Parts: sequence; structure tokens; C-alpha cells
Amino acid sequence: MSLHATHRDAGQVTVVDLSGRIVLGDGSALLRKTIRGLLGDQRKKILLNLADVDYIDSSGIGELVSGFTAVKNQSGDLKLLHLTKKVRDLLQITKLYTVFDVFTDENTAVRSFD
Amino acid sequence: MASDTKHLEITLETQVESVNLAEEMCLRVAEAAGFGEDDCYRIGMSVREGVINAFHYGNKERPDKKIHLAVDLTADKMIIHVLDEGTGFKLSDVPDPLAEENLLSTSGRGIFLMRAFMDEFDVVSGRTGGAEIVMSKKLPAPGSTSPNGQGGQNATPQQEA
Repeated sequence: MSLHATHRDAGQVTVVDLSGRIVLGDGSALLRKTIRGLLGDQRKKILLNLADVDYIDSSGIGELVSGFTAVKNQSGDLKLLHLTKKVRDLLQITKLYTVFDVFTDENTAVRSFD
Repeated sequence: MASDTKHLEITLETQVESVNLAEEMCLRVAEAAGFGEDDCYRIGMSVREGVINAFHYGNKERPDKKIHLAVDLTADKMIIHVLDEGTGFKLSDVPDPLAEENLLSTSGRGIFLMRAFMDEFDVVSGRTGGAEIVMSKKLPAPGSTSPNGQGGQNATPQQEA
């Protein structure tokens, strides 16, 4: 299943709804393009909704980290919402769970950008 | 090779599509061998990472080089070999992705994930001169139908410094 991405505004926060697999190839490329596009539009408060992403490989992890760093470098924030069990486990064993701000509630996540 | 060992082998092009193809092939074998959903996920992910490693680091994404994937099903385990046509590498040279200074690296987690998800993992010098990843997972006990098969014995992944 390829990756799909749409985004919507929640106040000053851009919520990116992702579905599918973030893996080597089109999935990772789309995530990169989406984040870079938002930064180009000066949208620097980004919340990635991963509720419908149940598979990420090392390439996808690398792209998440790359996006996180790119947003931070522009004084923005990139946070994660609604991790599936597999994705949460993956971020935990790679110790990235402590790097990202992770939320289970969208309103709480949006408010955290204030 | 023992007579009760089943052997499958495929030569893959050095291209992104080979990663999905290898994953799908090994998932079918794993499912047929009786692995549960969680173990199939771990095996599929490990195969992906092995082939990504061969594609990117071993063969340097050169289309004139091949990736050799082999699967052996013995009486007690599924063994996967991923061989590239690069120059090989030493496991001891692979940086620890859990080290503080590497946490925000955008690459270098493939070996770690394979070690975490499989029961046995090693890298040897292959017949091509390239690196050959050899990894295995013990077959589920007969009659075991749990969808949540136990993961690799490295529940806390071991990583060489």
C-alpha cells in the first residue's frame, strides 16, 4: 500500500494525515516532499497523524528524522500523533520515542505548539 | 544440505522494487511455514532491511550488480541469505544507532533492526566477494497457532559498539 498524505489547518498548526507505508521509495519521497513543501509555505508547526500508518522501515525512520531536523532548523516543531503499536514499538527500540513529542489526542497535541 | 531442507533462491535487480519483491516472497514462505502475524512482520522487515542494505550500501545502487536472496527452511528454522556484489563490510565497523551522537542520523538502523527482529544474525564474506547477511528465526512449535509469535531472542537488541 503506497503512502497518501493530505494536510489541514488546526489554528496555526498543520496536521498532516498520512496513510499507508513509509518505506524506501515513493513513501519516503512523499513524506519528504510534503514536509519540505510545508516549510516552503512557512508552515513550521507540523503534526504528523500516523493513525493509518502501520508500517515504517529504516528508510521511513530516516525520513521522519530528516523532517524533524529540517523543521527544527527553521525554528519550527514537528510532532507525532496516534502511533500504531508497530510504529510505537519501532520508535521505542530505536530510542526515537524520546526524541519526538508523541500524542494520543489531537487537541492536546495542537495546544502543545503554543 | 539436509534432505528435509527446502531451498528457494532468486536473483534480484539492484532497484527499489526488489525490496518489496523480496519481502513478499519471504512473507509467503514464512506464512506457509506457520509463523504467526508478528513473526511474519519481523521476518518481512528484516528481509526488507537486508535487501535495502545490499541495494544501497553493497551494490551502491548500481544496476549492473545483482542481489542474491536465498531462503532455507530446515526442520527447525527459516534461514535467509542476502548477498550483494559489493566489497563487503565488518559488523564491528557499523556505528551504534542508539548512541547519543547517532540518534538523529537519517540512516544506519537496518542492521540494528535485523538483529532485533531475528533470532540469529551474522554478516560473512560471500562468494561474490560482497557481504552476505545470514539470519534465521526458529520455526513455531508444532500446533502453535498464536498470531503473536514470540519475537527474536534479542528482545533488547544487542548492538556492537
